[in-house]
Amino acid sequence: MSATATDTVRAEKPQGVPGGGRPSGPRGPGPNAFTSGQLPRFVELYTLGVALLLSGAVFALIGFSIAGCLVTAALIYLVGIGVLSTVVENRRKATDRVVRSLVMIAFLLAMIPLVSTLATVVDHGWASMTWQFITGTGGSVFDPATLKVTVVQGALQAIVGTLIITGIAALISIPIGILTAIYLVEYAQPSQWMPRTVTFLVDVMTGIPSIVAGLFAFALATLIVGPKAFSGFSAAIALSVLMIPIVVRSTEEMLKLVSMDLREASFALGVTKFATIVKVVLPTAIAGIVTGVMLAISRVIGETAPIFIAASFTDNFNANPFGGAMQTLPVMVYTGYKFPSSDIAVSYQSAWGAALLLVLLVVVLNLIARIVARIFSPKGLR
Amino acid sequence: MTDNTTARPPLTSNAARSGDSDRGPGALKPGAGTSRASARPGDAVFRWLSTGSAASIMVILAGVALFLIIKALPAIGANWSTNPDLSGGTTAGNASFWQYVAPLIWGTLWSSLIALVLGAPVAIGIALFISHYAPRRLANVLGYLVDLLAAVPSVVFGLWGIFVIRPFIIPFQDWLNEFFGWIPLFAGPVSRTGSTLLAGGIVLAVMILPIITSISREIFLQTPRLHEEAALALGATKWEMIRLAVFPYARSGIVSATLLGLGRALGETMAIALIISPSLIFSVKLITDSANSQTIAANIALNFPESNPLQRDALIATGLALFVISLAVNMVARLVVRRSSGAPRRSRKDRA
Repeated sequence: MSATATDTVRAEKPQGVPGGGRPSGPRGPGPNAFTSGQLPRFVELYTLGVALLLSGAVFALIGFSIAGCLVTAALIYLVGIGVLSTVVENRRKATDRVVRSLVMIAFLLAMIPLVSTLATVVDHGWASMTWQFITGTGGSVFDPATLKVTVVQGALQAIVGTLIITGIAALISIPIGILTAIYLVEYAQPSQWMPRTVTFLVDVMTGIPSIVAGLFAFALATLIVGPKAFSGFSAAIALSVLMIPIVVRSTEEMLKLVSMDLREASFALGVTKFATIVKVVLPTAIAGIVTGVMLAISRVIGETAPIFIAASFTDNFNANPFGGAMQTLPVMVYTGYKFPSSDIAVSYQSAWGAALLLVLLVVVLNLIARIVARIFSPKGLR
Repeated sequence: MTDNTTARPPLTSNAARSGDSDRGPGALKPGAGTSRASARPGDAVFRWLSTGSAASIMVILAGVALFLIIKALPAIGANWSTNPDLSGGTTAGNASFWQYVAPLIWGTLWSSLIALVLGAPVAIGIALFISHYAPRRLANVLGYLVDLLAAVPSVVFGLWGIFVIRPFIIPFQDWLNEFFGWIPLFAGPVSRTGSTLLAGGIVLAVMILPIITSISREIFLQTPRLHEEAALALGATKWEMIRLAVFPYARSGIVSATLLGLGRALGETMAIALIISPSLIFSVKLITDSANSQTIAANIALNFPESNPLQRDALIATGLALFVISLAVNMVARLVVRRSSGAPRRSRKDRA
């Protein structure tokens, strides 16, 4: 390591010498002190192009497959740039270039599922996006005249169920979450046992598997109501268990960003703590808090397992959160595929439709969160 | 510093606003005694409310543990071979609860481990790319793109796994089995449907990418600038700088990010429930139809609807086991974070 380091230093030494009279253009006689021992600027692009061509040629011979072609191209590229750089430059720079490429490949790898998922959902779900699907209740329809069961596509029961369950969950978790964060940031002394315990428990709650939250809500409901205790409200409780820690965390971060000077200025004017929090601290942090809440909602709105356990699934329209099973979009996706009705194709189709609706909901919520953050944040805070 | 200066305008605007309102001036007058007296009940109520919410967190968590235990006990204590509710259906053939839950625990750990092995290196690579390689201006957008992965509902990933990943990996599985079939992991018979643990593991890996990436990115960005510049000034290449300055600083952060990713993978239901065709066995095989270990979460999701009450209690008991496992993993992760983000890091920052 040290030997090679000094080598580089020696090799680069001429750079420090003012190039008096030394020809500097690449076309001048003799090697150019500035670029010798270096690869040209866009060598990575060239190598990539060559690698793509090579692997394309190979796969044209043995039968084409995009994935195989890209993987081979990436391998050829990695080896190529490594060897090239080792020969022309040195081992250290070669490692550097290879790592740079690896890191970029990692990022591109992560983009594949994102793009592919969204494309697949839109592709499959688009066909179900009819007015009838959004405004109609789906399920099996028995026709006594022909004795045939036809399966109708419709997601109204699931849309309503999702909105009701998520809404109740939000109503429960937002006040608890924000007030807890206010307690932790504004009232608690770091030395007390309670804030430390609560912080720790919020951490623990963040790690509760979603299905365990569902089991908890189900256990709670069965102990109160009896064995057939499926209801939208109990699903909402399960979601609140998942949502509260997210709200606490994000609100806490935002409240901590509010500078101490603001609070002290307010106290100095004789304003009480309550008024300071409500009139000074919260308005300053409100954009961040709203963003956090929206992101928390978009996180729990796609939860499947807890709702599936606590509210079960149904094709009937049910808008009463205390009255039996309730359908939601994510559960509709899951059951449509895993427990299909007699007409499997239609079940799959409505599963895709529900998936698309769900993705749209999540995207809209995320966009709203970003816009709120952009518009309402105090200038320069983010 | 910047926070102070930039956060100031809201105060002035706020003070001005409250000064304009009719209640405001009273609160700001020198005779504040009266206003303080009138505000006191609100103050106390608010303080009580927020403390109460904080306390409710403890109650909720205690409730989660308590209710799960209450419901789980009958199933754990029952005699599984003679009890008519448990000797049939999905719980048939087990002598006790422990015999039922052991392969499930193994499956949970095993599938999460696969996801971690596949996902964590990529996630750390992405974090490195965003924090140190990508152009400054793009970094935020790229970070947002990765966060978008976290926003996609897990059930949608499950569907994607069924329709895209499963057919996609079939040739790859054949290739693995042909050349590496002597390793038990890739032993046959190779699945023809693609409903394998490998497919589930890939989808799980995608799901845990965002959490590992976002935490490690934060920590990479916290590396003291002077450490990095010192390394570069000594002639280190970018990778050497990262190895010498960034990684040592971020090591514990990476460990805890990975553990949190593991915690996420342990509880993930839909990817496994939708994709793999499970059996309740101990198996390390990745690419077969008949020997995929089942996970706790997926087992609950699959069997819950058609179970009788006692079987549901048994499922709740397995859920309790999952709760304990992920609790342990998360606690270790937090401990690692706390130990590293405590005194040493702060002092390092001060020195920088």
